[in-house]
Amino acid sequence: MRLSYPTSIKIIRVPCTGKVDVIHILRSFEKGADGVYVVGCMEGDCHFNKGNFRARKRVEQAQKLLEDIGIGGERVKMYNLSSSEAPLFVEYAKEMSEKILELGPNPIKEAKKSLRGQNEAVSG
Amino acid sequence: MIVAERKPIDEIIEKIKDYNKILLLGCNECVTVCEAGGKKEVGVLASALRMYFLNKGKEILIDEITLERQCDHEYLEEIRDRIDQYDAVLSLACGVGVQFMADKYLSTPVYPGVNTCFLGATEKRGLWTERCQACGQCILASTGGICPISRCAKRVLNGPCGGSTNGKCELSKELDCAWQLIIDRLKAMDRLDDYEKLADIKDWSSDRAGGPRKVVREDVQE
Ligand code: SF4
Ligand code: SF4
Repeated sequence: MRLSYPTSIKIIRVPCTGKVDVIHILRSFEKGADGVYVVGCMEGDCHFNKGNFRARKRVEQAQKLLEDIGIGGERVKMYNLSSSEAPLFVEYAKEMSEKILELGPNPIKEAKKSLRGQNEAVSG
Repeated sequence: MIVAERKPIDEIIEKIKDYNKILLLGCNECVTVCEAGGKKEVGVLASALRMYFLNKGKEILIDEITLERQCDHEYLEEIRDRIDQYDAVLSLACGVGVQFMADKYLSTPVYPGVNTCFLGATEKRGLWTERCQACGQCILASTGGICPISRCAKRVLNGPCGGSTNGKCELSKELDCAWQLIIDRLKAMDRLDDYEKLADIKDWSSDRAGGPRKVVREDVQE
């Protein structure tokens, strides 16, 4: 099944979504990501029992924090699917990509750019 | 352990917004266990604050250090040679750590990033409950190991009061009546006779009523 999904999406592989922590999600935004979504196995199917439940909690924590600091909690989302569901993987990728296009770029990226511009103007 | 909870982020922002260089200082002990002020929480808060200020058009330096403890000279001394690099310290330690910091580094402003709540236990992850109010004269020996000072709303010494219903405190249906717990435990140990003994009047001078307290051990002093 050679399906394609939006090229803007970069995949970071982890052994289990239970490995994903709030700080990983926040750092992605600090580094300029426009959105982050975590794709875990179906709930109840985790090889390590609770990994995907933990991931969901952390996604919720990150959403709350991003909301609190004005970046927007909707930029983070948790999805669940099983490894054989490639079409669903593509569907979620498209859904997230559309959501991000609708929200626009990460404001941090823009802020960094304009700060850099100001600094150059000062030193130039 | 000492149980604390991170302050709301907007309250923290309000306090530090005028500084440019901040040291975010975590503590490896109690506040790490209650997930309020350990290395992980320092990382998350630092990242969130950096982004908040960037988004407001301000680049702010936030360095992250987590000390073994903030309530001991030995560890707090570790930052002496860098403290002058910062405009302020945001400490995620309990109130003790924050004050020790203030004592030691007289000219550096320090702000608490957590609310220090109580002495308690981890019932399960994400649930901490109060177990001791450090009254200075422990009476657990006569109450089956359950503390009526910290766990009974009225600090009743010969309980329960008339509000105890079906094992719950009149304060809320969610809250166990401490005296019910004491009776159950004495019963389980076959020591209900102890329950009949009237508790002596408690000496509260060792509690907060006697003002700030100290423990002096000349035998271990250097
Ligand atoms: S009796 Fe006093 S010292 Fe003992 S557990 Fe209760 S509050 Fe703490
Ligand atoms: S119901 Fe029990 S715990 Fe509540 S105030 Fe009365 S004796 Fe104390």
